[in-house]
Formats: sequence, structure tokens, C-alpha cells
Amino acid sequence: MTALAQLRKLDRAIVPVLVLAGWEAFSRSGALPAALLPAPSTVVWAWADWLVGTDGNTQTYSGHWLADMLASLSRVAAGFAIATLLGVALGVAIGWSRKIEIVIEPTLQMLRPIPPVSWIPLAIIWFGIANKPAIFLVFLGAFFPILLNTIHGVKTCDRNLIRAGAMVGGSERKLLRYIVVPAAMPSIFAGLRIGIGSAWMLTVTAEMVAVKSGLGYVLWDSYYFLRYDLVLAAMASIGLLGFCSDLAIRTAMARVLHWQRNTTLRGGE
Amino acid sequence: MATIDISGVSKIFTDKKRNADVTALSDINLSIARNEFVCLLGPSGCGKSTLLNMIAGFEQPSAGTVSVDGRPVTAPGADRGVVFQHANLMPWLPVWENVAFHLLLGGGQKAERRARAQIYIDMVGLTGFENHYPSELSGGMNQRVGIARALLMNPQVILMDEPFGALDEQTRMDMQTELVRIWQQHQGTIVFVTHGVDEALTLGTHVAVMSARPGRVVEIIPIDLPRPRDITSPQFNALKRHILALLRGERAEQERALA
Repeated sequence: MTALAQLRKLDRAIVPVLVLAGWEAFSRSGALPAALLPAPSTVVWAWADWLVGTDGNTQTYSGHWLADMLASLSRVAAGFAIATLLGVALGVAIGWSRKIEIVIEPTLQMLRPIPPVSWIPLAIIWFGIANKPAIFLVFLGAFFPILLNTIHGVKTCDRNLIRAGAMVGGSERKLLRYIVVPAAMPSIFAGLRIGIGSAWMLTVTAEMVAVKSGLGYVLWDSYYFLRYDLVLAAMASIGLLGFCSDLAIRTAMARVLHWQRNTTLRGGE
Repeated sequence: MATIDISGVSKIFTDKKRNADVTALSDINLSIARNEFVCLLGPSGCGKSTLLNMIAGFEQPSAGTVSVDGRPVTAPGADRGVVFQHANLMPWLPVWENVAFHLLLGGGQKAERRARAQIYIDMVGLTGFENHYPSELSGGMNQRVGIARALLMNPQVILMDEPFGALDEQTRMDMQTELVRIWQQHQGTIVFVTHGVDEALTLGTHVAVMSARPGRVVEIIPIDLPRPRDITSPQFNALKRHILALLRGERAEQERALA
């Protein structure tokens, strides 16, 4: 068993190690100018300086990683939180009440096909160049997946559970709180996971265009200064944060949906 | 005084897609007194579940009235506990929270809910499974949770819709014995829907035999056999023969009408 577990850990590392080693070898071979595809070691070196200010090779960004990361993270957090609150609340309302669905849904369905990035010009005119347009874009990107999945979760709630709830004497509000919302939780979490992906995508986009701070801004700015090592370090940072925020949601999901563990093929993953 | 009074009840389902009306029940009259255990027996599709759903308040009659304790039924309520064909438990709640679901919706304190739930968990023989989730229990155990949930509300009336239909023979017989014991100990009126002649005769103080579409009550037979009932006794078999003849006669009549 332990041998198998060790093998599993090794299995997971095989592909990343091979990719990094190949990349390092290729960059050092001189087939391409070193500046165009910096070796992983160069990227790590630049990243280290950006992170804690080792030798100042990243100049103004030296030791600035934490601030840049927090700038991006706070935008994602703010936009995602608003999207979650509104998406879940509206989703429950639309899924539960036919009346609300008729009044609100057509408008939302017309707005939905518009790609969030195409809102950038309006976001800049409305909110200026700062946090607000980025938060607005993050909100737009995360809102629709959360909304649609919540609606789906509410609509597919087993009617018999509602009957059981009505039988024990629950009012409509109680049925929503104690039956419909818990029953919709698996779908809501699916929406949150898709939403957090869009949230990072849109933060970075907004920072490239409409904001003067954050990981996306560093990425774009380094591109102008031909610092591809820093571009790659920024890409890796964004990937890492995206992974960590998804992990946070998955951890919350495993706690909330622990009752699903033995009922589905690979529930709670 | 009758606890449940069903007078002149009909139910017509309109099938919009096929543009046809289906008469599920036609002119049902049935009076059920306090502490009676009435089995609604009939072939599938005779509307016995529909009748039960109308007493529960899930459906409204097209004509006639259903009243419980003199009040007409308009909506589901905690005075009528329902045990469903499939347990219909909340899969995200452990056994004890499911049993005390009525108190959770009423806003009861956790300690009080836990203590009340325990009484009924012990009563249905699930001691030790309080913190299990429904998915971790067998069908029979889930059905016991459903019964405990209905009992905890201390309802005037318990409505059961083929609750043992999905269980194997052995478990079903155990559950029947258990249910009779709980009914005798707990007191209360039970309406029990079944398509099993043996089940109806084992459980009921009365058996209401229903005919297939449109559903009607053919005969209400009081069962005066001593408990626990011996399903091999001559009296039991005489009643069974009578009921089978009723059901078979119905079918013969239907076939004649179709021919």
C-alpha cells in the first residue's frame, strides 16, 4: 500500500519534471536566442528577485510580488464575492418562481452571450482606470456560470423532498432554506468552480488594459521591456493563484458536500 | 366522530398533451374513525395513492370534500404525517436530523431536537445509526427513518403510501410486525395504501377494496382477526378468498366491458 502510494506521488511528478528538464535543455542549446525562451532556471531567478528582492534584476518590481499578488487577489475576491451573492440569490429566485423567471430571465439571456471582455471600453468610461473596472469585469465573468448552475440546481430539486418538507409543516421560505438550497449545493459549487476560472482570466485581462497594478499589469509591462523571464514568472504566478483559489473552493465543497461521498462515482472531487 | 371524512370525492386529471381527461377517482365515500388502521387495497392505477395524496393535501379533489377532524384539507400540514413509497429523506442530513426535520423547520434548539429524535430513533429500532447518512443505510432502514420522522410530529393521522413496496419479503414482514407494535403503543389513525392482499389483511382493522379506473371503493371489510395475525389460518384465508374474488370480479367486468 505504501509502495503504491509512493509510486502514485512519483507518477504525478513525471510529466512536470520531464517538461521542465526538456525546456531547460532546449533553452540552453542555443537553438533560439536565450531572451526569447528563458530557461526555467532564469525564470526562477527573476521570480525570486520579484518575490523577495535578491539582486534587483527585476528593477522596480524587485521585492514587489506580494503587493502585486494581493492587488490581483483582492480584485478577484471582490468581483467573485459579488457574483456569488447575486448569482446564487437570483438563481434561487429564478429557479423557484416562474413569475420571476419570466420577468428577469430573457434580459439575462440577452446579456449572457456578450463576452465579458467586450465590456472593457464601457467599464473604463464608467469606472475609470483603477480597481472598479477590473472588479466589474470579474463580476461579469463569474456571475453567469454561478447563476446558470444555481438555476439548474434549484429546478432539478426532487419534488418529493419538497413534499416531505411541506408534510412536516414548512413554510415556503423554510423549504427554500432547508431543502431547495442544500439540494442545489452540488450545482452551485460546480458554478463557483467555473466562475473562479473566469474571474482570474478577467482580472488579468483587465490589468493588461485598464489597471496599473497586479500580476496582469506586471506581465504586460515586462513584455514591453522584453523581460520574457518575468512574463513567464507572472504567468506561473497567475496559474498558481488560480490553482490555489480552486483548491480553496474544492476544500469548502468537500466539507459542505461530505454527504455525497459514497453516493456518486467520484463525489466531492 | 370520524377523524377522516371523504365524501363524494372525484378526481379528474386533464392530460393537456393528449387532450384527454382521465378519471382517477369517482364518487368516493369513506369514513375513518379515530385509531382505526385502514388499508386501501387495489390494483395499480386504481387511484389509491391519489386518494392518499388528497388526504395529505398534496392534491385537491375535482369534486367533493376531504376533511380531517372536521376541517377541510387545503394544504399539507404537520397534523398528517406521511410516509412515502420511497423514504424521501434529505440526503445531506444525518438520520437524527432527518427524524427531527419538523423541529428544524420550527426553529428548535439543537439539544432539544437531538433528544426528541432519539426517542423515535429508539422506537423504530435504529439506535446506533443516529449519525449515519441515508446513503449509508439500507432501504428498510431508510423507511424506518421516514416512519420515525412522521411519528415525531405526533400527528392525528399517519398516511402511508406503499411504504414497504420496495423491500424484500423478509424485511417487509419484520416491518409490518414493527408497524403494528408502534401503532398499538403510539395510538393514532393510519391510512395505509397497498396492493398486497396479505399485507392489508395482516395490518388493517379495516380493508377498503378499490376497483381499477375509474377508482371506486367496492367494499369496506372490517377485519376482526386476533393479533398477531396468522396468515395461514382458515379465517384469514376465507377473507383473502373473498377479497380476491372482489378484485377478480372487477377485472372480469372490465374485460366484458372492453369486449
